[in-house]
Amino acid sequence: MNAPPAIRVEGLRKRFRTTQALDGVSLDLQPGEFFGLLGPNGAGKTTLISILAGLARADAGIAAVMGHDVVRDYRAARRALGVVPQELVYDPFFNVRETLRIQSGYFGLRRNDDWIEEIMHHLALTPHADKGTQDLSGGMKRRLLVAQALVHKPPVIVLDEPTAGVDVDLRRSLWAFISRLNREGHTILLTTHYLEEAQALCGRIAMLKSGRIVACDTTRNLLRRTHEHCAQLRLNADTVPTVWQERMQRDDDGVWRVNFGDYVELESLLADLRAAGLRVQELRLQEPDLEDVFTDIMGRT
Amino acid sequence: MGGFPALFHKELLRFWKVVVQTVVAPVVTALLYLLIFSHVLEDHVQPFPGVAYSGFLVPGLVMMSMLQNAFANSSSSLIQSKMQGNIVFVLLPPLSYLEFFLAYLGAAVVRGLVVGAGVWVVALWFAPWQVPHPGWLLAFALLACTNLGAVGIVAGIWAEKYDQLAAFQNFLILPLTFLSGVFYSIHSLPSFWQAVSRFNPVFYLIDGFRYAFIGQADADPWFGLLVAGGSFVAISAFSLMLLRSGYKLRH
Repeated sequence: MNAPPAIRVEGLRKRFRTTQALDGVSLDLQPGEFFGLLGPNGAGKTTLISILAGLARADAGIAAVMGHDVVRDYRAARRALGVVPQELVYDPFFNVRETLRIQSGYFGLRRNDDWIEEIMHHLALTPHADKGTQDLSGGMKRRLLVAQALVHKPPVIVLDEPTAGVDVDLRRSLWAFISRLNREGHTILLTTHYLEEAQALCGRIAMLKSGRIVACDTTRNLLRRTHEHCAQLRLNADTVPTVWQERMQRDDDGVWRVNFGDYVELESLLADLRAAGLRVQELRLQEPDLEDVFTDIMGRT
Repeated sequence: MGGFPALFHKELLRFWKVVVQTVVAPVVTALLYLLIFSHVLEDHVQPFPGVAYSGFLVPGLVMMSMLQNAFANSSSSLIQSKMQGNIVFVLLPPLSYLEFFLAYLGAAVVRGLVVGAGVWVVALWFAPWQVPHPGWLLAFALLACTNLGAVGIVAGIWAEKYDQLAAFQNFLILPLTFLSGVFYSIHSLPSFWQAVSRFNPVFYLIDGFRYAFIGQADADPWFGLLVAGGSFVAISAFSLMLLRSGYKLRH
Protein backbone atom coordinates (compact mmCIF):
# COMPACT_ATOMS: atom_id res chain seq x y z
CA MET A 1 0.00 0.00 0.00
CA ASN A 2 1.23 3.47 -0.81
CA ALA A 3 1.83 5.98 1.95
CA PRO A 4 -0.91 8.60 2.09
CA PRO A 5 -0.07 12.00 0.62
CA ALA A 6 1.40 14.45 3.13
CA ILE A 7 -1.36 16.87 2.23
CA ARG A 8 -4.47 15.98 0.32
CA VAL A 9 -7.04 18.52 -0.70
CA GLU A 10 -10.00 17.65 -2.88
CA GLY A 11 -12.79 19.84 -4.20
CA LEU A 12 -12.27 22.41 -1.46
CA ARG A 13 -14.75 25.29 -1.41
CA LYS A 14 -15.04 28.15 0.98
CA ARG A 15 -17.14 31.25 0.80
CA PHE A 16 -16.79 34.36 2.97
CA ARG A 17 -19.97 36.40 2.66
CA THR A 18 -19.65 37.80 -0.86
CA THR A 19 -16.34 36.31 -1.95
CA GLN A 20 -15.66 32.77 -3.08
CA ALA A 21 -12.26 32.33 -1.41
CA LEU A 22 -11.80 28.77 -2.65
CA ASP A 23 -13.67 27.49 -5.65
CA GLY A 24 -12.97 23.78 -5.91
CA VAL A 25 -9.29 23.33 -5.12
CA SER A 26 -7.67 19.90 -5.38
CA LEU A 27 -4.04 19.23 -4.56
CA ASP A 28 -1.81 16.35 -3.45
CA LEU A 29 1.57 16.82 -1.81
CA GLN A 30 3.80 13.76 -1.57
CA PRO A 31 5.85 13.24 1.60
CA GLY A 32 9.18 15.01 1.36
CA GLU A 33 8.11 17.59 -1.20
CA PHE A 34 9.03 21.25 -1.06
CA PHE A 35 5.89 22.76 -2.51
CA GLY A 36 5.14 26.36 -3.33
CA LEU A 37 1.71 27.93 -3.36
CA LEU A 38 1.71 31.18 -5.28
CA GLY A 39 -0.92 33.67 -6.16
CA PRO A 40 -1.83 37.32 -5.81
CA ASN A 41 -3.34 38.71 -2.62
CA GLY A 42 -6.82 37.35 -2.07
CA ALA A 43 -6.23 34.33 -4.27
CA GLY A 44 -7.12 31.98 -1.42
CA LYS A 45 -3.69 30.85 -0.22
CA THR A 46 -4.23 31.70 3.42
CA THR A 47 -7.77 30.31 3.34
CA LEU A 48 -6.42 27.01 2.08
CA ILE A 49 -3.81 26.94 4.85
CA SER A 50 -6.41 27.90 7.46
CA ILE A 51 -8.59 24.96 6.44
CA LEU A 52 -5.64 22.58 6.65
CA ALA A 53 -4.81 23.95 10.10
CA GLY A 54 -8.39 23.79 11.38
CA LEU A 55 -8.61 27.59 11.72
CA ALA A 56 -11.36 27.69 9.14
CA ARG A 57 -13.91 25.16 8.00
CA ALA A 58 -14.53 24.31 4.39
CA ASP A 59 -18.03 24.56 2.92
CA ALA A 60 -17.33 21.50 0.80
CA GLY A 61 -14.51 19.16 -0.03
CA ILE A 62 -11.90 17.16 1.83
CA ALA A 63 -8.63 18.16 3.45
CA ALA A 64 -6.26 15.68 5.09
CA VAL A 65 -2.77 15.81 6.57
CA MET A 66 -0.76 12.56 6.46
CA GLY A 67 -4.01 10.75 5.74
CA HIS A 68 -5.87 12.29 8.69
CA ASP A 69 -9.00 14.25 7.89
CA VAL A 70 -8.66 17.74 9.37
CA VAL A 71 -12.21 17.68 10.76
CA ARG A 72 -13.02 14.09 11.67
CA ASP A 73 -9.52 13.16 12.82
CA TYR A 74 -8.40 16.65 13.82
CA ARG A 75 -6.13 15.57 16.68
CA ALA A 76 -3.92 13.39 14.48
CA ALA A 77 -4.06 15.93 11.65
CA ARG A 78 -2.94 18.80 13.86
CA ARG A 79 -0.22 16.71 15.47
CA ALA A 80 1.18 16.09 11.98
CA LEU A 81 1.11 19.75 11.02
CA GLY A 82 3.28 22.71 12.03
CA VAL A 83 2.01 26.09 10.91
CA VAL A 84 3.93 29.35 10.80
CA PRO A 85 1.20 31.97 10.60
CA GLN A 86 1.50 35.01 8.42
CA GLU A 87 0.77 37.58 11.15
CA LEU A 88 3.60 38.39 13.51
CA VAL A 89 1.76 37.29 16.66
CA TYR A 90 3.17 36.63 20.12
CA ASP A 91 2.02 36.37 23.70
CA PRO A 92 3.57 39.25 25.65
CA PHE A 93 3.17 37.48 29.00
CA PHE A 94 5.97 35.01 28.33
CA ASN A 95 9.61 34.79 27.35
CA VAL A 96 10.97 32.76 24.46
CA ARG A 97 11.69 29.56 26.37
CA GLU A 98 8.38 29.67 28.25
CA THR A 99 6.53 30.21 24.99
CA LEU A 100 8.11 27.10 23.50
CA ARG A 101 7.54 25.00 26.63
CA ILE A 102 3.89 26.01 26.74
CA GLN A 103 3.46 25.29 23.05
CA SER A 104 4.99 21.83 23.57
CA GLY A 105 2.56 21.26 26.39
CA TYR A 106 -0.41 21.96 24.13
CA PHE A 107 0.71 18.94 22.11
CA GLY A 108 0.92 16.85 25.26
CA LEU A 109 4.73 16.95 25.34
CA ARG A 110 6.06 17.40 28.87
CA ARG A 111 9.81 16.89 28.78
CA ASN A 112 10.73 18.48 25.50
CA ASP A 113 13.61 20.71 26.62
CA ASP A 114 16.31 18.98 24.56
CA TRP A 115 14.42 19.58 21.35
CA ILE A 116 13.46 23.11 22.41
CA GLU A 117 17.13 23.96 23.01
CA GLU A 118 17.99 22.50 19.63
CA ILE A 119 15.44 24.50 17.67
CA MET A 120 16.38 27.66 19.57
CA HIS A 121 19.99 26.98 18.62
CA HIS A 122 19.23 26.47 14.93
CA LEU A 123 17.08 29.58 14.78
CA ALA A 124 19.66 31.65 16.70
CA LEU A 125 17.21 32.24 19.53
CA THR A 126 19.36 30.80 22.32
CA PRO A 127 20.83 34.19 23.34
CA HIS A 128 17.28 35.53 23.61
CA ALA A 129 15.75 32.55 25.43
CA ASP A 130 14.96 34.55 28.56
CA LYS A 131 13.77 37.67 26.80
CA GLY A 132 10.12 38.61 26.99
CA THR A 133 8.47 38.18 23.62
CA GLN A 134 7.44 41.85 23.49
CA ASP A 135 11.14 42.80 23.60
CA LEU A 136 12.02 40.79 20.50
CA SER A 137 12.71 42.40 17.15
CA GLY A 138 10.44 41.55 14.23
CA GLY A 139 12.93 39.05 12.87
CA MET A 140 13.25 37.32 16.22
CA LYS A 141 9.49 37.14 16.59
CA ARG A 142 9.33 35.53 13.17
CA ARG A 143 11.92 32.96 14.19
CA LEU A 144 10.02 32.28 17.39
CA LEU A 145 6.91 31.56 15.31
CA VAL A 146 8.93 29.09 13.26
CA ALA A 147 10.21 27.49 16.46
CA GLN A 148 6.68 27.25 17.85
CA ALA A 149 5.55 25.47 14.70
CA LEU A 150 8.30 22.89 15.18
CA VAL A 151 8.01 22.00 18.88
CA HIS A 152 6.12 18.78 18.13
CA LYS A 153 8.39 17.73 15.23
CA PRO A 154 5.59 17.76 12.67
CA PRO A 155 6.19 15.80 9.45
CA VAL A 156 4.41 18.54 7.49
CA ILE A 157 5.35 22.21 7.85
CA VAL A 158 3.32 25.06 6.43
CA LEU A 159 4.87 28.49 6.10
CA ASP A 160 2.54 31.33 5.21
CA GLU A 161 4.71 34.11 3.81
CA PRO A 162 7.46 33.58 6.36
CA THR A 163 9.86 36.12 4.88
CA ALA A 164 7.54 39.10 4.49
CA GLY A 165 9.46 42.06 5.89
CA VAL A 166 12.47 39.99 6.92
CA ASP A 167 16.03 41.13 6.24
CA VAL A 168 18.38 39.33 3.89
CA ASP A 169 20.55 37.62 6.53
CA LEU A 170 17.60 36.22 8.39
CA ARG A 171 15.93 35.15 5.17
CA ARG A 172 19.02 33.19 4.19
CA SER A 173 19.43 31.48 7.53
CA LEU A 174 15.74 30.71 7.65
CA TRP A 175 15.84 29.06 4.25
CA ALA A 176 18.98 27.14 5.11
CA PHE A 177 17.16 25.75 8.15
CA ILE A 178 13.93 24.99 6.30
CA SER A 179 15.85 23.32 3.47
CA ARG A 180 17.62 21.19 6.02
CA LEU A 181 14.30 20.12 7.52
CA ASN A 182 13.14 19.27 4.01
CA ARG A 183 16.24 17.16 3.35
CA GLU A 184 15.58 15.34 6.62
CA GLY A 185 12.21 14.31 5.23
CA HIS A 186 9.77 17.03 6.29
CA THR A 187 7.19 18.06 3.73
CA ILE A 188 7.14 21.82 3.24
CA LEU A 189 4.26 23.90 1.94
CA LEU A 190 5.26 27.49 1.35
CA THR A 191 3.39 30.55 0.27
CA THR A 192 5.37 33.59 -0.65
CA HIS A 193 5.28 36.75 -2.70
CA TYR A 194 8.98 36.45 -3.48
CA LEU A 195 8.93 34.42 -6.66
CA GLU A 196 12.69 34.01 -6.79
CA GLU A 197 12.48 32.27 -3.41
CA ALA A 198 9.86 29.87 -4.67
CA GLN A 199 11.90 29.24 -7.82
CA ALA A 200 15.04 28.46 -5.85
CA LEU A 201 13.43 26.29 -3.19
CA CYS A 202 10.32 24.58 -4.45
CA GLY A 203 10.34 21.35 -6.42
CA ARG A 204 6.73 21.86 -7.41
CA ILE A 205 4.52 24.90 -7.57
CA ALA A 206 0.80 25.55 -7.74
CA MET A 207 -0.58 28.91 -8.77
CA LEU A 208 -3.84 30.05 -7.32
CA LYS A 209 -6.10 32.72 -8.73
CA SER A 210 -9.54 33.69 -7.43
CA GLY A 211 -9.83 30.45 -5.52
CA ARG A 212 -8.85 28.16 -8.38
CA ILE A 213 -5.63 26.42 -9.27
CA VAL A 214 -4.54 27.77 -12.64
CA ALA A 215 -1.23 25.96 -12.86
CA CYS A 216 0.40 23.09 -10.98
CA ASP A 217 3.63 21.54 -12.15
CA THR A 218 7.26 21.01 -11.28
CA THR A 219 9.18 24.25 -11.10
CA ARG A 220 11.36 23.08 -13.98
CA ASN A 221 8.38 22.38 -16.25
CA LEU A 222 6.78 25.68 -15.37
CA LEU A 223 9.94 27.53 -16.31
CA ARG A 224 10.22 25.63 -19.56
CA ARG A 225 6.59 26.02 -20.35
CA THR A 226 6.12 29.59 -21.35
CA HIS A 227 9.49 31.13 -21.80
CA GLU A 228 12.73 30.73 -23.66
CA HIS A 229 16.23 31.86 -22.90
CA CYS A 230 17.11 35.26 -24.21
CA ALA A 231 20.51 36.48 -25.39
CA GLN A 232 21.39 40.16 -25.69
CA LEU A 233 24.32 40.98 -27.89
CA ARG A 234 26.18 44.08 -28.90
CA LEU A 235 28.00 43.73 -32.20
CA ASN A 236 30.57 45.77 -34.09
CA ALA A 237 28.14 46.11 -37.02
CA ASP A 238 24.61 47.20 -37.81
CA THR A 239 23.53 44.03 -39.55
CA VAL A 240 23.40 40.33 -38.80
CA PRO A 241 23.68 37.34 -41.17
CA THR A 242 20.56 36.94 -43.32
CA VAL A 243 19.51 33.62 -41.76
CA TRP A 244 19.20 35.33 -38.39
CA GLN A 245 17.50 38.54 -39.50
CA GLU A 246 14.04 37.11 -38.94
CA ARG A 247 14.75 36.07 -35.39
CA MET A 248 16.74 39.00 -34.08
CA GLN A 249 15.49 42.39 -33.03
CA ARG A 250 17.57 45.41 -32.42
CA ASP A 251 16.54 47.94 -29.81
CA ASP A 252 17.27 51.67 -29.75
CA ASP A 253 20.49 51.20 -27.82
CA GLY A 254 21.82 48.98 -30.58
CA VAL A 255 21.47 45.79 -28.59
CA TRP A 256 20.33 42.71 -30.48
CA ARG A 257 17.96 40.30 -28.82
CA VAL A 258 17.30 36.73 -29.72
CA ASN A 259 15.14 34.11 -28.01
CA PHE A 260 16.15 30.48 -28.17
CA GLY A 261 15.04 27.24 -26.61
CA ASP A 262 18.30 25.34 -26.58
CA TYR A 263 21.91 26.42 -26.10
CA VAL A 264 22.88 24.62 -29.33
CA GLU A 265 21.14 27.45 -31.17
CA LEU A 266 23.30 29.96 -29.39
CA GLU A 267 26.37 28.09 -30.50
CA SER A 268 25.35 28.18 -34.15
CA LEU A 269 24.49 31.88 -33.85
CA LEU A 270 27.96 32.64 -32.56
CA ALA A 271 29.50 30.49 -35.31
CA ASP A 272 27.48 32.30 -38.00
CA LEU A 273 28.49 35.66 -36.58
CA ARG A 274 32.14 34.69 -36.62
CA ALA A 275 31.85 33.35 -40.17
CA ALA A 276 30.34 36.69 -41.24
CA GLY A 277 33.30 38.45 -39.69
CA LEU A 278 31.29 40.09 -36.93
CA ARG A 279 32.65 40.51 -33.47
CA VAL A 280 30.61 40.18 -30.28
CA GLN A 281 31.43 43.10 -28.01
CA GLU A 282 29.03 42.24 -25.25
CA LEU A 283 26.91 39.20 -24.46
CA ARG A 284 24.28 38.81 -21.79
CA LEU A 285 22.09 35.82 -21.18
CA GLN A 286 18.73 36.08 -19.53
CA GLU A 287 17.38 32.91 -17.98
CA PRO A 288 13.63 32.39 -17.84
CA ASP A 289 12.32 33.17 -14.38
CA LEU A 290 9.23 32.39 -12.45
CA GLU A 291 8.08 35.96 -12.49
CA ASP A 292 7.61 35.84 -16.26
CA VAL A 293 5.76 32.57 -16.00
CA PHE A 294 3.65 33.86 -13.16
CA THR A 295 2.73 37.10 -14.90
CA ASP A 296 1.98 35.18 -18.06
CA ILE A 297 -0.27 32.63 -16.36
CA MET A 298 -2.05 35.20 -14.23
CA GLY A 299 -2.60 37.36 -17.28
CA ARG A 300 -3.92 34.57 -19.45
CA THR A 301 -6.40 33.00 -17.07
CA MET B 1 -2.14 13.02 28.08
CA GLY B 2 -3.56 15.93 26.16
CA GLY B 3 -2.83 19.62 26.19
CA PHE B 4 -5.17 20.54 29.04
CA PRO B 5 -2.50 20.79 31.79
CA ALA B 6 -0.38 23.12 29.67
CA LEU B 7 -3.25 25.42 28.79
CA PHE B 8 -4.44 25.48 32.40
CA HIS B 9 -0.91 26.21 33.59
CA LYS B 10 -0.48 28.93 31.01
CA GLU B 11 -3.76 30.56 32.08
CA LEU B 12 -2.65 30.48 35.73
CA LEU B 13 0.71 32.02 34.84
CA ARG B 14 -1.02 34.68 32.78
CA PHE B 15 -2.79 36.21 35.77
CA TRP B 16 -0.11 35.35 38.30
CA LYS B 17 2.50 37.30 36.34
CA VAL B 18 0.42 40.44 36.84
CA VAL B 19 -0.72 39.59 40.34
CA VAL B 20 -0.83 43.20 41.48
CA GLN B 21 -3.39 43.99 38.86
CA THR B 22 -5.33 40.73 39.02
CA VAL B 23 -5.35 39.96 42.75
CA VAL B 24 -4.03 42.82 44.86
CA ALA B 25 -6.07 45.53 43.15
CA PRO B 26 -9.46 43.83 43.57
CA VAL B 27 -8.65 43.12 47.21
CA VAL B 28 -7.89 46.80 47.76
CA THR B 29 -11.14 47.78 46.01
CA ALA B 30 -13.15 45.46 48.25
CA LEU B 31 -11.35 46.87 51.27
CA LEU B 32 -12.43 50.38 50.27
CA TYR B 33 -16.05 49.30 49.96
CA LEU B 34 -15.76 47.69 53.35
CA LEU B 35 -14.26 50.78 55.00
CA ILE B 36 -16.82 53.16 53.54
CA PHE B 37 -20.02 51.16 53.87
CA SER B 38 -19.33 49.68 57.28
CA HIS B 39 -18.36 53.14 58.54
CA VAL B 40 -21.51 54.76 57.20
CA LEU B 41 -24.01 51.99 57.84
CA GLU B 42 -22.74 50.06 60.85
CA ASP B 43 -24.94 51.87 63.34
CA HIS B 44 -27.96 52.27 61.06
CA VAL B 45 -28.56 48.99 59.35
CA GLN B 46 -29.08 45.58 60.85
CA PRO B 47 -30.16 43.30 58.01
CA PHE B 48 -30.78 40.25 60.22
CA PRO B 49 -31.45 40.22 63.94
CA GLY B 50 -28.25 39.86 65.91
CA VAL B 51 -26.00 40.38 62.88
CA ALA B 52 -23.80 43.48 62.67
CA TYR B 53 -23.70 45.21 59.28
CA SER B 54 -20.00 44.51 58.75
CA GLY B 55 -20.61 40.83 59.50
CA PHE B 56 -23.31 40.92 56.83
CA LEU B 57 -21.27 42.91 54.32
CA VAL B 58 -18.03 40.88 54.40
CA PRO B 59 -19.44 37.67 52.84
CA GLY B 60 -21.18 39.82 50.21
CA LEU B 61 -17.96 41.59 49.29
CA VAL B 62 -15.97 38.34 49.22
CA MET B 63 -18.60 36.93 46.90
CA MET B 64 -18.73 40.01 44.69
CA SER B 65 -14.95 39.93 44.29
CA MET B 66 -15.00 36.27 43.37
CA LEU B 67 -17.77 36.79 40.81
CA GLN B 68 -16.11 39.76 39.13
CA ASN B 69 -12.63 38.27 39.04
CA ALA B 70 -13.67 34.85 37.80
CA PHE B 71 -15.49 36.62 34.99
CA ALA B 72 -12.61 38.98 34.30
CA ASN B 73 -10.06 36.18 34.09
CA SER B 74 -11.56 34.06 31.35
CA SER B 75 -13.09 36.93 29.40
CA SER B 76 -10.03 39.18 29.36
CA SER B 77 -7.67 36.33 28.55
CA LEU B 78 -9.76 35.37 25.53
CA ILE B 79 -10.33 38.88 24.24
CA GLN B 80 -6.64 39.73 24.60
CA SER B 81 -5.59 36.61 22.73
CA LYS B 82 -8.11 37.37 20.02
CA MET B 83 -7.08 41.01 19.68
CA GLN B 84 -3.37 40.20 19.66
CA GLY B 85 -3.90 37.24 17.37
CA ASN B 86 -2.04 34.81 19.60
CA ILE B 87 -5.25 32.80 20.00
CA VAL B 88 -3.86 30.75 17.06
CA PHE B 89 -1.35 29.22 19.46
CA VAL B 90 -4.19 27.40 21.19
CA LEU B 91 -6.25 26.82 18.05
CA LEU B 92 -3.49 25.06 16.10
CA PRO B 93 -2.68 22.27 18.61
CA PRO B 94 -4.88 19.19 19.03
CA LEU B 95 -6.79 20.59 22.02
CA SER B 96 -10.40 19.46 22.25
CA TYR B 97 -13.10 22.02 22.91
CA LEU B 98 -13.67 20.41 26.29
CA GLU B 99 -10.01 20.80 27.27
CA PHE B 100 -10.17 24.38 26.07
CA PHE B 101 -13.25 25.07 28.20
CA LEU B 102 -11.91 23.36 31.31
CA ALA B 103 -8.56 25.14 31.17
CA TYR B 104 -10.06 28.63 30.94
CA LEU B 105 -12.71 27.74 33.50
CA GLY B 106 -10.17 26.23 35.90
CA ALA B 107 -7.97 29.32 35.83
CA ALA B 108 -10.99 31.57 36.35
CA VAL B 109 -11.97 29.52 39.41
CA VAL B 110 -8.46 29.73 40.86
CA ARG B 111 -8.30 33.49 40.34
CA GLY B 112 -11.77 33.93 41.86
CA LEU B 113 -10.88 31.84 44.90
CA VAL B 114 -7.51 33.54 45.40
CA VAL B 115 -9.09 37.01 45.28
CA GLY B 116 -11.98 35.88 47.50
CA ALA B 117 -9.56 34.48 50.06
CA GLY B 118 -7.55 37.70 49.92
CA VAL B 119 -10.61 39.85 50.58
CA TRP B 120 -11.67 37.61 53.42
CA VAL B 121 -8.23 37.68 55.08
CA VAL B 122 -8.19 41.48 54.93
CA ALA B 123 -11.76 41.62 56.24
CA LEU B 124 -10.83 39.62 59.33
CA TRP B 125 -9.81 42.91 60.90
CA PHE B 126 -13.36 44.16 60.56
CA ALA B 127 -15.61 41.23 61.21
CA PRO B 128 -15.40 38.17 63.42
CA TRP B 129 -14.06 35.17 61.57
CA GLN B 130 -16.29 32.28 62.17
CA VAL B 131 -17.84 30.02 59.60
CA PRO B 132 -20.55 27.83 61.06
CA HIS B 133 -21.21 26.13 57.72
CA PRO B 134 -17.89 25.62 55.87
CA GLY B 135 -19.47 23.15 53.47
CA TRP B 136 -21.86 25.81 52.16
CA LEU B 137 -19.00 28.28 51.94
CA LEU B 138 -17.03 25.97 49.69
CA ALA B 139 -20.03 24.95 47.61
CA PHE B 140 -21.19 28.50 46.88
CA ALA B 141 -17.65 29.81 46.35
CA LEU B 142 -17.04 27.14 43.72
CA LEU B 143 -20.42 27.64 42.10
CA ALA B 144 -19.87 31.39 41.94
CA CYS B 145 -16.47 31.07 40.26
CA THR B 146 -17.55 28.34 37.85
CA ASN B 147 -20.72 30.21 36.85
CA LEU B 148 -18.99 33.50 36.18
CA GLY B 149 -15.89 31.84 34.73
CA ALA B 150 -18.16 30.15 32.18
CA VAL B 151 -20.01 33.41 31.47
CA GLY B 152 -16.59 35.00 30.95
CA ILE B 153 -15.72 32.36 28.36
CA VAL B 154 -18.95 33.09 26.47
CA ALA B 155 -18.32 36.85 26.66
CA GLY B 156 -14.68 36.44 25.60
CA ILE B 157 -15.68 34.37 22.59
CA TRP B 158 -18.50 36.71 21.62
CA ALA B 159 -16.75 40.08 22.04
CA GLU B 160 -14.70 41.31 19.10
CA LYS B 161 -13.41 44.47 20.72
CA TYR B 162 -12.49 45.59 24.19
CA ASP B 163 -15.42 47.99 24.39
CA GLN B 164 -17.89 45.20 23.67
CA LEU B 165 -16.45 43.27 26.56
CA ALA B 166 -16.53 46.38 28.73
CA ALA B 167 -20.20 46.81 27.86
CA PHE B 168 -20.86 43.22 28.87
CA GLN B 169 -19.07 43.87 32.15
CA ASN B 170 -20.68 47.25 32.91
CA PHE B 171 -24.23 46.54 31.81
CA LEU B 172 -24.59 42.92 32.86
CA ILE B 173 -22.02 41.68 35.35
CA LEU B 174 -21.76 44.79 37.49
CA PRO B 175 -25.55 45.38 37.89
CA LEU B 176 -26.12 41.66 38.48
CA THR B 177 -23.59 41.58 41.28
CA PHE B 178 -24.53 44.95 42.81
CA LEU B 179 -28.26 44.27 42.68
CA SER B 180 -28.07 40.83 44.20
CA GLY B 181 -27.78 41.73 47.83
CA VAL B 182 -24.09 42.44 48.35
CA PHE B 183 -24.87 45.58 50.33
CA TYR B 184 -28.43 44.92 51.46
CA SER B 185 -30.75 42.08 52.25
CA ILE B 186 -33.51 41.67 49.68
CA HIS B 187 -36.15 41.46 52.40
CA SER B 188 -35.58 45.19 52.84
CA LEU B 189 -36.74 45.73 49.24
CA PRO B 190 -40.32 46.46 48.10
CA SER B 191 -42.09 43.20 47.37
CA PHE B 192 -41.93 43.68 43.59
CA TRP B 193 -38.14 43.93 43.61
CA GLN B 194 -37.92 41.08 46.07
CA ALA B 195 -39.76 38.95 43.55
CA VAL B 196 -37.51 40.14 40.71
CA SER B 197 -34.41 39.33 42.74
CA ARG B 198 -35.54 35.76 43.09
CA PHE B 199 -35.09 35.30 39.33
CA ASN B 200 -31.46 36.38 39.54
CA PRO B 201 -29.13 33.41 40.01
CA VAL B 202 -26.42 35.68 41.45
CA PHE B 203 -28.74 36.51 44.34
CA TYR B 204 -28.76 32.82 45.36
CA LEU B 205 -24.97 32.67 45.17
CA ILE B 206 -24.56 35.63 47.52
CA ASP B 207 -27.40 34.61 49.80
CA GLY B 208 -26.19 31.02 50.12
CA PHE B 209 -22.58 32.08 50.64
CA ARG B 210 -23.63 34.49 53.37
CA TYR B 211 -25.64 31.75 55.03
CA ALA B 212 -22.35 29.88 55.53
CA PHE B 213 -21.10 32.81 57.64
CA ILE B 214 -24.13 34.07 59.55
CA GLY B 215 -26.49 31.13 59.49
CA GLN B 216 -29.35 33.31 58.22
CA ALA B 217 -30.54 33.86 54.70
CA ASP B 218 -33.38 35.11 52.53
CA ALA B 219 -33.66 31.87 50.62
CA ASP B 220 -33.16 28.19 51.39
CA PRO B 221 -29.50 27.36 50.60
CA TRP B 222 -30.52 24.00 49.14
CA PHE B 223 -32.75 25.77 46.67
CA GLY B 224 -29.89 28.20 45.97
CA LEU B 225 -27.61 25.26 45.29
CA LEU B 226 -30.13 23.93 42.80
CA VAL B 227 -30.49 27.25 41.00
CA ALA B 228 -26.74 27.95 40.88
CA GLY B 229 -25.96 24.38 39.84
CA GLY B 230 -28.63 24.53 37.14
CA SER B 231 -27.38 27.81 35.79
CA PHE B 232 -23.81 26.49 35.68
CA VAL B 233 -24.92 23.48 33.69
CA ALA B 234 -26.87 25.70 31.29
CA ILE B 235 -24.05 28.24 30.75
CA SER B 236 -21.46 25.51 30.38
CA ALA B 237 -23.57 23.69 27.83
CA PHE B 238 -24.01 26.91 25.88
CA SER B 239 -20.33 27.73 26.11
CA LEU B 240 -19.32 24.23 24.99
CA MET B 241 -21.75 24.48 22.11
CA LEU B 242 -20.09 27.72 20.97
CA LEU B 243 -16.62 26.22 21.27
CA ARG B 244 -17.65 23.09 19.45
CA SER B 245 -19.11 25.04 16.56
CA GLY B 246 -16.01 27.21 16.39
CA TYR B 247 -18.17 30.33 16.74
CA LYS B 248 -16.00 33.42 16.14
CA LEU B 249 -12.86 31.36 16.71
CA ARG B 250 -12.72 29.11 13.67
CA HIS B 251 -14.21 30.66 10.54
